[in-house]
Amino acid sequence: MRIFDPHIHMTSRTTDDYTRMAAAGVRAVVEPAFWLGQPRTNPGSFTDYFDSLIGWEPYRAAQFGIVHHATIALNPKEANDPRCRPVLDLLPRYLDKDRVVAVGEIGYDSMTPEEDDAFERQLALAVEHDLPALVHTPHRDKARGTRRTLEVVAASGIAPERVAVDHLNEVTVGLVRDSGCWMGFSIYPETKMSPPRMVQILKQYGLDRMLVNSAADWGVSDPLLTLETGTAMLAAGFTDDDVDRVLWRNPVEFYGQSGRLDLTPAVTGEPTFAGSSIKRGGS
Amino acid sequence: MRRPERLDAALREAPRGEWLDGAIAAVGERPETIGRFFAQAGRRAGRGPLPGVPGWTADEAARALLLAALPADRAETEIGDLYRYGDADEKRAVLKALPMLAVGAAGLPLLHDAIRTNDARLLAAALGPYARHLDQAAWRQAVLKCVFMGVPLSVVDGLGERADRELAAMLAAFADERAAAGRPMPADAATLLDRLTREES
Repeated sequence: MRIFDPHIHMTSRTTDDYTRMAAAGVRAVVEPAFWLGQPRTNPGSFTDYFDSLIGWEPYRAAQFGIVHHATIALNPKEANDPRCRPVLDLLPRYLDKDRVVAVGEIGYDSMTPEEDDAFERQLALAVEHDLPALVHTPHRDKARGTRRTLEVVAASGIAPERVAVDHLNEVTVGLVRDSGCWMGFSIYPETKMSPPRMVQILKQYGLDRMLVNSAADWGVSDPLLTLETGTAMLAAGFTDDDVDRVLWRNPVEFYGQSGRLDLTPAVTGEPTFAGSSIKRGGS
Repeated sequence: MRRPERLDAALREAPRGEWLDGAIAAVGERPETIGRFFAQAGRRAGRGPLPGVPGWTADEAARALLLAALPADRAETEIGDLYRYGDADEKRAVLKALPMLAVGAAGLPLLHDAIRTNDARLLAAALGPYARHLDQAAWRQAVLKCVFMGVPLSVVDGLGERADRELAAMLAAFADERAAAGRPMPADAATLLDRLTREES
């Protein structure tokens, strides 16, 4: 099974995770910019984080044979903080980078006017930089948030097939399917979505425009739940080709729309060259 | 100025030379436009090895030529920003281009930044000819860091001339630590230490 995790926050994960992911068949990941648990208080804190997403983290991933790309944005939660908003003016620099394959995560957290503004401006940036958009849906008031999200996407002029609406569930999947956008599902140990529920959704809605991710981060999460979902699909009667489509070809097709997806196998290098540099700063 | 003509000639033979010509002209007239061209260089000029210029790729060479096209009064600021906001490939291209640019020692803080990282590619790029601007203490630490991280010492420009007794002492101490841990000393570092020790005696 080859796996492309289209949404995972590797910055928060350890080298043990990278090792287990590589062994499980994860060959590529996309790491969306999001919030870090602890709120940030200035734009420089964001740019250092973005630098890590396009610098250190792909370097770290490559040493485990995993190809790493990123999406860049001001997340909806921190869009509400006037101290963070100036980062919107710094985004264009990052949206031109080779390994940036979408604008994201954008969307709503609490559906405030500030979030409206940041969401609309960043959808416009996606159009201007010829990039797809990765859209987060709110954890609270999700159905209404998803409806409003789809209205804003439609009004922005971005093509729906260039938008993935993420963190969906049984209640919101139909809305997004009808919009023409891609449907993202974050498989979590306890909350958002589980492998058995995901399999039911795939049975009901088919495999078109479906993206399955672990969204693993600093909270309770598991980077191998993509694999577990693939295994559950096979147990439910889906074929190997079906699993490959959901866990590999779909994310390749979605992010491939950026024209910047480079899946050349990561160069791990000689263990004494690149390899040892990560093991605690060299030795 | 070193070698920009060679890079230029090699790139002209590449199929995407036209894009580069336009970008170079634009940067000369409106230096503030360099950011987008610089970020796109790999997608527009390719990333393969540059024919006839060992150690250089097409995107690195295109980026070096863009930097060389900056007006003198804007070069230092723009180069600093391109490095600051660059991804790893862009940072590496800036570091490799520094010895060809008319910026004197102004790029020295970028070298210090690169040497602080744990990215072997940036460390290696920082130890080219421009490292002559590093003071001897900083240069020795950078060389030792190469040994520590397993970066081949062949990346260090002018190693033979600049290696001194103090570096030998540092390498000897490192060799002792490795021996205590039962781990090998990289062969190139052992060879260098051996040579420095023999010269001293």
